[in-house]
Amino acid sequence: MTRTRSRVAAASVIALAAAIGLSACGGSKAGDDTTSTSSESCVDTSGDTVKLGLINSLTGAMAISETTVSSVLHMAADEINADGGIMGKQIELVQEDGATDWPTFAEKTEKLITKDCVAAIFGGWTSSSRKAMKPVAEKYNSLLFYPVQYEGLEASKNIYYTGATTNQQILPAMEFLKSKGVKTLFLAGSDYVFPRTANAIIKLYAEELGIEIVGEEYVPLDKDDWTTQVSKIVDAKPDFIFNTINGSSNVGFIKAYTDAGLTAETTPIISVSIAEEEAPNMGADVTGQYAAWNYFQSVQSPANEKFIADWVAYDGPSDVTSDPMEAAYDSMYLYKAMVEKAGSFDVDKINAVSDGVSFDAPEGTVVIDGENHHISKPGLIGQINADNQFDIVWESDGPIEPDPFLEGYSWFPEATRDALVAAAG
Amino acid sequence: MESLIAPLLNGTADGALLLIAALGLALTFGQMGVINMAHGEFLLAGAVSAYWTQGVVSNTNISILLALPVAFVFAGLLGLVLEITVIQWMYDRPLDTLLATVGVSLGLQQLFLQHYPSGVPVKKPSLLDGQLDVFGYAWPLRQIFTICLALVCLAGLAALLRYTTFGRRIRATVQNRPLAETLGIATRSVDRLTFFIGSGLAGLGGVAASLIGGTNSQLGTRYIILAFLVVVAGGLGQLRGTVIAAWAVGVSTAYFADWTTGSLASVITFGLVVVFLQVRPQGLFTIRTRGLA
Repeated sequence: MTRTRSRVAAASVIALAAAIGLSACGGSKAGDDTTSTSSESCVDTSGDTVKLGLINSLTGAMAISETTVSSVLHMAADEINADGGIMGKQIELVQEDGATDWPTFAEKTEKLITKDCVAAIFGGWTSSSRKAMKPVAEKYNSLLFYPVQYEGLEASKNIYYTGATTNQQILPAMEFLKSKGVKTLFLAGSDYVFPRTANAIIKLYAEELGIEIVGEEYVPLDKDDWTTQVSKIVDAKPDFIFNTINGSSNVGFIKAYTDAGLTAETTPIISVSIAEEEAPNMGADVTGQYAAWNYFQSVQSPANEKFIADWVAYDGPSDVTSDPMEAAYDSMYLYKAMVEKAGSFDVDKINAVSDGVSFDAPEGTVVIDGENHHISKPGLIGQINADNQFDIVWESDGPIEPDPFLEGYSWFPEATRDALVAAAG
Repeated sequence: MESLIAPLLNGTADGALLLIAALGLALTFGQMGVINMAHGEFLLAGAVSAYWTQGVVSNTNISILLALPVAFVFAGLLGLVLEITVIQWMYDRPLDTLLATVGVSLGLQQLFLQHYPSGVPVKKPSLLDGQLDVFGYAWPLRQIFTICLALVCLAGLAALLRYTTFGRRIRATVQNRPLAETLGIATRSVDRLTFFIGSGLAGLGGVAASLIGGTNSQLGTRYIILAFLVVVAGGLGQLRGTVIAAWAVGVSTAYFADWTTGSLASVITFGLVVVFLQVRPQGLFTIRTRGLA
């Protein structure tokens, strides 16, 4: 038995070594490709326009969320164009539909880079879509701006992450729960990389904070019947539910939750993907439920007033603004600022100067961290009111510096980080 | 006790919804032999009807009752149009029917997306806000509504097939078309009406489905495969097997989801049905006839 096991172990070590060896070779090869393609990059900015690519799911389960991101990116481009463009060049957008299908995201990214020759790409929502686009952006040494909060543990030189990483959304949410005196927590998520990774981190932090996890349930993104899982929540009677469900599956969850007689008074939910846009479309009342974000429409600032006014005046699909929309809006302005600081559309030149580039965003001034390509953000907790807007009930002390690998948190063990990074691919 | 009861009741409700979706197929596929892959989109049409009626009548309790006949007629008419324009030309070519209706299915999904890119949120009737206590488990009234609706559909369809002239004509046409024609039955109009009713039933299923989750273009895709599986596993040509198969699939998925995870539960159930069909390819029950065909 022991012998078999050690043999298996030896075999897996060899396999692993081989895999690492191969990927190392692959890595250097990809590196060669990168230099060759980037020198042959077909991006043409010699004229008076610059092409930028958008890739959002305009169809499928994620369309409920991603359509508005696409619209707000169009609005940002229009504004920048009206203001003289980027370095005097008018933005020309090329829109692609990711169709809630991850291979499609990869294909369309490749098409945008090689056929349309765009200088940068904006879009993606689910982590699965980002992970599909990442190798493509890296292969061609292009730039991707990803506008949604995610599970962290990633930093690519070809991606700028303008949504929150874990220490800017999930950790603040846990601190908020602690401050509310929450003792027991139930984790409900869609079955893919973001909720799985987020919950692994939540469990570790919960232990640190003395919060007990009394259950953990996942349902695939394309299924939305939560009845069985919700009856487990009813059994477990948690103080709070931490919701990492995404897209229209949230509707199934909220309906099953109200079906089972759970309410915001007895078993409140804190969500990381229900914003102003989604709240009225749940098919059930979500008043009193909580959400953790870095921007709410209710944020008081002159930049936000202008943003909301512009959006209402813009012929978009709705009149509300939300965090991912704001992060997408910021991303285009940050790109403009980076290009103008670099004096070039060249990816390497942009990366060289990106550290410290800032934008007076609706959420407050955001600053790029040139090391990990994330941005500083304030952590906010909002409670949904009767108008499906959020009353801000908690906020962090000023903007939180991004720490995608949670290196500044002693409760997060090195081994877990490595395992999660490896598992997330 | 409670942990054993909950999956049983939840699963029964899931099975009931599956049954409504499958009843229509039991007619069009089981009785007529038409493989209609656009049947799922008739569910979607039902969900859209529920959304429309909620837009017109703001009282959610009345609107859901109005939605039922609207959904039945709307989905039924869509089915009728499909029968007349596409399917009637392909009665002897099941594979062509399959391909053509997959195309129709994709077209209808796209049409839906163009009008409602982010889906149609259907509100739950306020009367269904509540639970019934069953051995300590708070059973959502919404599920009881689904089960009642399934029972009504089942009883209605069974009575139609057994006691009415039209039902006798359907059975006669299915069992021996030339002989039925010889007896003066207009088999073409029987086909059309059968298709109308089968599609209309899917519309009713769509109303029930719209109360469960997010109603987006994928709604039909979620149910169509399972519904076909249920009809096949139950045995073609009769309703009894469909009822038992729908219930068994619903309840076993619920138990597996309780014991394992939601993703794994679907895999296990699919696997079990496949194994079952290996052992019993004709399904649970079969109709024995003296016909040569």
